[in-house]
Amino acid sequence: MEVFVQQLINGLTLGSIYGLIAIGYTMVFGIIGMVNFAHGDVFMVGAFIALIFFLFLTTWFGWALIPALILVLILGMFFTGLWNWAIERVAYRPLRGSFRLAPLISAIGMSIFLSNLIQVVQGPRNKPVPPMFTQSVPLFTENGYTVAIGYKQIAIMVITVVLLAVFWYVVQKTPLGRAQRACEQDQKMAALLGVDVDKTISLTFVMGAALAAVAGVMYIMYYGVVNFSDGFVPGVKAFTAAVLGGIGSLPGAVLGGLLIGLIETMWSAYFSIDYKDVAAFSILAIVLVFLPTGILGRPEVEKV
Amino acid sequence: MSTPLLKVDHLTMRFGGLTAVGDLSFEAQAGQITALIGPNGAGKTTVFNCITGFYKPTEGMITLTQPDGKKLLLERLPGHDINWKGRVARTFQNIRLFGGMTLLENLLVAQHNVLMNASGLSILGIFGAPSYKRAEKEAIELAEYWLEKTGLIARADDAAADLPYGDQRRLEIARAMCTKPLLLCLDEPAAGLNPRESLLLNDLLISICRDHNTSILLIEHDMSVVMQISDHVVVLDYGRKIADGPPEAVKNDPKVIAAYLGVEDDEVEKTEAEIAAIAAQAKGDAR
Amino acid sequence: MAHATHDAKPASQPTRVERAFKDAFIAALVMLGLSVPILALRTEQNMSNEVILIPRPWLVVICCLIVFVGRLLLGLFVFNRAPGAKPLVETPTAVKTAWAKFAPYAAQVGLGAIIAYPLVALYLGGPQGAIKWIDNFGIQILIYIMLGWGLNIVVGLAGLLDLGYVAFYAVGAYSYALIATKVIPATYPDLGVWAFWICLPISGILAAMWGVILGFPVLRLRGDYLAIVTLAFGEIIRLVLINWVDFSGGYAGLSSIPRPSFFGIPFNASETGFAARFGLEFSPIYRTVFLYYVILVLALVTAFVTIRLRRLPVGRAWEALREDEIACRSLGINTVSTKLTAFSTGALFGGFAGAFFAARQGFISPESFVFLESAQILAIVVLGGMGSLFGVVVASIALVGGIEILRELDFLKAIFGASFDPTQYRMLIFGLAMVLMMLWKPRGLISHREPTVFLKERKSISSSLVQEGHG
Repeated sequence: MEVFVQQLINGLTLGSIYGLIAIGYTMVFGIIGMVNFAHGDVFMVGAFIALIFFLFLTTWFGWALIPALILVLILGMFFTGLWNWAIERVAYRPLRGSFRLAPLISAIGMSIFLSNLIQVVQGPRNKPVPPMFTQSVPLFTENGYTVAIGYKQIAIMVITVVLLAVFWYVVQKTPLGRAQRACEQDQKMAALLGVDVDKTISLTFVMGAALAAVAGVMYIMYYGVVNFSDGFVPGVKAFTAAVLGGIGSLPGAVLGGLLIGLIETMWSAYFSIDYKDVAAFSILAIVLVFLPTGILGRPEVEKV
Repeated sequence: MSTPLLKVDHLTMRFGGLTAVGDLSFEAQAGQITALIGPNGAGKTTVFNCITGFYKPTEGMITLTQPDGKKLLLERLPGHDINWKGRVARTFQNIRLFGGMTLLENLLVAQHNVLMNASGLSILGIFGAPSYKRAEKEAIELAEYWLEKTGLIARADDAAADLPYGDQRRLEIARAMCTKPLLLCLDEPAAGLNPRESLLLNDLLISICRDHNTSILLIEHDMSVVMQISDHVVVLDYGRKIADGPPEAVKNDPKVIAAYLGVEDDEVEKTEAEIAAIAAQAKGDAR
Repeated sequence: MAHATHDAKPASQPTRVERAFKDAFIAALVMLGLSVPILALRTEQNMSNEVILIPRPWLVVICCLIVFVGRLLLGLFVFNRAPGAKPLVETPTAVKTAWAKFAPYAAQVGLGAIIAYPLVALYLGGPQGAIKWIDNFGIQILIYIMLGWGLNIVVGLAGLLDLGYVAFYAVGAYSYALIATKVIPATYPDLGVWAFWICLPISGILAAMWGVILGFPVLRLRGDYLAIVTLAFGEIIRLVLINWVDFSGGYAGLSSIPRPSFFGIPFNASETGFAARFGLEFSPIYRTVFLYYVILVLALVTAFVTIRLRRLPVGRAWEALREDEIACRSLGINTVSTKLTAFSTGALFGGFAGAFFAARQGFISPESFVFLESAQILAIVVLGGMGSLFGVVVASIALVGGIEILRELDFLKAIFGASFDPTQYRMLIFGLAMVLMMLWKPRGLISHREPTVFLKERKSISSSLVQEGHG
């Protein structure tokens, strides 16, 4: 029981990070039907931007932890959004509406480019930050084991919930969200009705990147270290999460993220840490065999 | 009357709460052209999809009787066996050709199973066995025959997607005929055709039915086609059968007129005359 | 970067030059925004392993200048050109006619060049100098050509997006390595010298079997769902190879894998070795040249089988499946078994290539079977032009040869100083090249389809008519 609750907390924390990245995949897929393979690396770039701003504010200007983190979140979202905006503009927009695989290959190329760019300009070594929010709140003790929830875990979950609420509001209630949903249904028709399709798609990329940047900040907070190659694994996991939840579905992405996080931590606790990724991927395959469009994905009706 | 080629019994198809087809029974006789008509959304294409295996019916039985007397329950066959074992071929409302392949290739794909067996599941074929070469030659001859018959032979080596719309419709019929079907199901074959093409289509369909031992089940909105060539008409409305009989009888059935025009029963008589006039005019156009 | 002003006001239409300058300025501004966090400050660890920031403003200035000038030149000479203007560089008619004459023989000439390549390399470089060129370029490129041709069956012909093709490559490599190092010595040690020739078909068949096992449950998935599951399978196989140490040696991999023999005669310095038997002086070059021809023959078998299969019903069914799956089913084609044959045929060739890879390296580890490999093979297929065998060859030479050439950038040290490490930039340039090539030719280098059969005249079909599959 005590191990289970502790792993549940850990799993939900990890799942929050995956979920935030997964939203970027699912939004882009929903609106232009493309798998943005570079999204994991955009997340990594976001983490690096956060790391640099964090060090800049704390070591050069001696800012306190919490105001520094808040400013880092805002700056990180802005600059990562700018990166993804530029990437979409240069590498994907010219390929829109052409061959389905062309943007995919372009995105894979962009992914290779981004991780190697960071390696070249920031060096190949792990970049640690001083540990922060090391305290935790003990919840209960059972069999001599104290279940605790860390401050940073609380912070991660609270930020995730708040962001998801804001995000949900934007997509459901604002003109931008309406334009996005219209483009998702039919880009040509949306354009005829006066929706600026290019701008809407650009903003979708910016929003996805902003959420990935938040995930990047959390990643640094949680693990205390980041490396140029850290984009791939979380990226693939988040993509898995998006597909598991049903790609194109926003609640699905969050649900998938949480599920993948939980599967990983539970598998590590009860079976073997070596095979946690194997477990996550296998469960994905099994779920898709029975639910071919994911858990919350709209079942695909074959139009004859 | 002998056993019907196709017998649909109490066919029901529900999508969630919506009943697209409800308790439908009808028969199609061998050697005849049977038309399935009805207003938009009446469930005609759903019936086709059930017969050709794209949907599994919620309830009901679809029996196909082959010339040797063997009966097949179509709703129990896997989708691809309906063509191969059941020998039922179809065309689609939104034309589905292999656009990037040539006309000839389209017609060879239709003979896939025959050629596959001749190629010894590809093993003999890889080594260029003479038995396979012979089978391929026959397949090309059959394809040529149907290209001639549909007037497409001059474009045999062009990509199917390059054809004009009317030719694409005919190519789809030719492709279906290359599977040597007992029953050919045509989903709105005359849609989008000009009157001349429509007339050519009538001749083609009649010839298919008379000369090739292939019965036809057809969905059509163009009444000139339906009235001229069909032997038997089944009328659907809201997923239910409202009339069934020879074209002349169906045409004058007040329920059919009401379904098409959505008028009150007492107005039926008044509109009936107009309908007859329209039908006559359509006939005249077609001639 | 940003060429935004499409909706220029008719009242005061800016000239092209003005527009180009404006766009270049915006692009430079964007570059400034991109580089502020990432380029302007470099993170370095100090003595106590704390990360400190080192500013480098000049890098930012240089980058912004490069972007400004680059965008300006693009704006002036490439974009925003008047409609109907002549292309920048017009191919001279002489070149065009020469090409038209040459084109029908391109395949023969190319094949001749590939066959003669090691001999030319030997002649030009001598036994010592040639090894690098035959091994790093020749053999490496041929392996990718073979993998590209294998994956081409799955992606190019059948239209199934497979992001985990490297799994079958791994299955082939590990099958050979395990059988040759563990099974054969324990059972029939005398056959050791024939190990490669015995294991080659076994490895391929095992890979094909894995193709069927992995393919069966997932082939009814469509599009991106299939893509992620194949990617997941690729990762699962790699992770199992890493973690199941007793079976696969884990991260350390498997070593001392027997090398191929010259049909029973080993390539070594012993009395019974290849050199001694043929009265030659011992040199490693013989094995390298032999390996080159082995992979060449394997690749040609792949090409031959693919060309033949395309003209058989199964190949036509693959292409038909790519064009329209629903129509296929209505014509009596069993789509599941057709997809499985495509998947397992592709896997078969991946397995052959894997066995060859293990035999050539003599050592394998999970490092060689990462997702990047799958991505690279897929890039070769897509860049070559879906379904085109010749395109795969060109794309392999460009991408794989390009990567290898980038290893030879040492001369840049002369320009940028001795501390400059050009190999770092290898993958950076590779990634960028992938993007640029896709932007340049979204439909691949060879963008037409050759019909498999014709009545009167073989006419190429423009790939804009060809579907790309949804599975």
